[in-house]
Amino acid sequence: MTAAQPEVDHAGRDVNTQAGDVLLKVEGAKKYFPIKQGIIFQKEVARVHAVDGVDLEVRSGETLGLVGETGCGKSTLARLIAGLYPMTAGTVSFDGSDITNLSRKKMRPFRRDIQMIFQDPYGSLNPRRRVGSIIGDPFDIHGVADGAERKKRVQELMEVVGLNPEHFNRFPAEFSGGQRQRIGVARALALRPKLIICDEPVSALDVSIQAQVINLLDDLQNEFGLTYIFIAHDLSVVRHVSDRVAVMYLGKIMETGPVDDLYGLPRHPYTNALLSAVPIPDPDRADSRERIILRGDVPSPVNPPTGCPFHPRCPKAQDICVQEMPPLEPVFVDPPTHRTACHFPVPEGEDISQCTPGIDQSGTGPLVGADLSAITTGS
Amino acid sequence: MTLIAADEVAEQKGGGGKDPQPTKAIEGRAPLQLAWARLRKDKVSLACLGVIVLLVLVAIFANQLTDLIGHPPNEQYRDEGLQPNGLPVAPSSFFWLGGDEVGRDVLSRIIHGARVSLLVGVVATAFAVLIGVTIGTMAGYFGGVIDTFLSRTMDVFLSFPFLLFAISLVAVKGASLRISIFVIAFFIWANVGRIVRGQVLSIREKEYVEAARSLGASDLRIMVVDVIPNLVAPVIVYSTLLIPTAIVFEATLSFLGLGVPIPTPTWGNMIATSQSTYLQAPWYLLFPSLALFITTLAFNLLGDGLRDALDPRAARVLARK
Repeated sequence: MTAAQPEVDHAGRDVNTQAGDVLLKVEGAKKYFPIKQGIIFQKEVARVHAVDGVDLEVRSGETLGLVGETGCGKSTLARLIAGLYPMTAGTVSFDGSDITNLSRKKMRPFRRDIQMIFQDPYGSLNPRRRVGSIIGDPFDIHGVADGAERKKRVQELMEVVGLNPEHFNRFPAEFSGGQRQRIGVARALALRPKLIICDEPVSALDVSIQAQVINLLDDLQNEFGLTYIFIAHDLSVVRHVSDRVAVMYLGKIMETGPVDDLYGLPRHPYTNALLSAVPIPDPDRADSRERIILRGDVPSPVNPPTGCPFHPRCPKAQDICVQEMPPLEPVFVDPPTHRTACHFPVPEGEDISQCTPGIDQSGTGPLVGADLSAITTGS
Repeated sequence: MTLIAADEVAEQKGGGGKDPQPTKAIEGRAPLQLAWARLRKDKVSLACLGVIVLLVLVAIFANQLTDLIGHPPNEQYRDEGLQPNGLPVAPSSFFWLGGDEVGRDVLSRIIHGARVSLLVGVVATAFAVLIGVTIGTMAGYFGGVIDTFLSRTMDVFLSFPFLLFAISLVAVKGASLRISIFVIAFFIWANVGRIVRGQVLSIREKEYVEAARSLGASDLRIMVVDVIPNLVAPVIVYSTLLIPTAIVFEATLSFLGLGVPIPTPTWGNMIATSQSTYLQAPWYLLFPSLALFITTLAFNLLGDGLRDALDPRAARVLARK
């Protein structure tokens, strides 16, 4: 977030000393969901490659934005980090300790440090319970406080997130969407975690409420020194909140880097296409801009394309893209923090809407102009 | 772990959806309170509820009522209660609803029969709900092998032939109130189990369950705190509809002589014994049948009303079976 953005030197290290440690490290994370068939004896017939080899690092105090189209595996990655799904392969380490596929019991102490804020403020609060007991849940589960002490802490939390503490006896149905999301934030904040995973926390809210919730998250980060993983498909929101951004496509990270580098000089053709679909609130500029229109739809994660998963739709694709997944590394003169997984990264000033692919993409489907704009407006 | 300076933080965030003035505490209305408010507007359901409350009172105070009438249920009035030719007497000022084949007061027997019917109906349903909710929640929540095993078990229970099983069990164990309750609960719990399992399948995918898991809650806690409270509405509705089923089952057992042993009056055994004289003494068949009919109807209509009150979004047309 802008206020908490650490100054980064060209080696990619924070100038700010205490905020530079790696808090979370994900290596080679894979999650395949089996598709089963059969009534009594179930046989695995295929696998959904939801997350397919992701490396990620989050430093303490920063906000990592995770963007990508619907179904690219962002939320699955978040749940892998939160330990809600067992991982197929790879490791997650948090604050120096390996938390990959820990048993429930061993995971418990880490749950206090890793919390989640969910997308749907209507679905994430149990409609049959009063707000006070929902926010008090973390204290109860971890045996931190009870009775009058818990009530006092719950009311403090409600005040911190901007809710009227008098309302702790109400039911979720009596709050608006934005207020409900504040309840979710208060619950996540209760145990003073180090890392909060925000899984599209504002995409279900009105635009005016989005700003309130984002500002709240921003204030809380400053106040409590939180680290965020911020998942969204709204590129402008991600740009506003993030220090670093990672772009995902079909379970893989395509490009990652500091927010200004990535938005200023997108290297991956997919990032370029995504950014060109962001609506510009100025009709004159919007008309003069070249939109990059991709062919077809996102391929099925059940049968992801070989090599680079983006090759069936990429305007710069060549034969090598079909065969080999490019490594995620700095290209051209980019600093080591800005890494791109592409055989043919986009140099500054190139207009990739003029490029023609060197492979046959006829199986991909027709040019569909609206496919990306739908996701970037967050609707 | 204390939240220092919470007040200052809140102040910095002016206008974030928080009322600046201290409002008076508004007590949130629980979903069940809202349902009650809706039910109160439904005249049919209220009438049925009235009938059921009356029935319960009659069952509780059965002894006092029959004392008031002056005819204990098993007292045989051979002079006043039987016609000279041995047939039951018609309704009169002596026997308001007539007499039966050995000169007992039908009204007194119906009043005492309500005891058995309600006791068996409520207790058997309570057992069925207890077992059904437990098994159904486990099946739906854990899924996988546990679900397969428990669901197939429920299928087995649902495919038992009720009467054959009841007859053979009673033949072995002897007829009693306890056996009746056991047999009925044994046959209806799987219905509850199936419905609960289906509900749990959808509840466990809710984000609030995921939120509880990410907080580190145990499976038991999630089931008790997050899953079961959300089953309250369907379970209330379904058990209201199961009570009349259980009452009819009990009457069936009594009718066949497999229920509560005579001379304890039940509606089922009254209907059974009235068979031999129903042409000459139709009241003896009519009144116990009417009692059974009114009770069943009241519970069923109340169940429908409760369903509408607890889930106002479900259309009435769809809600009717």
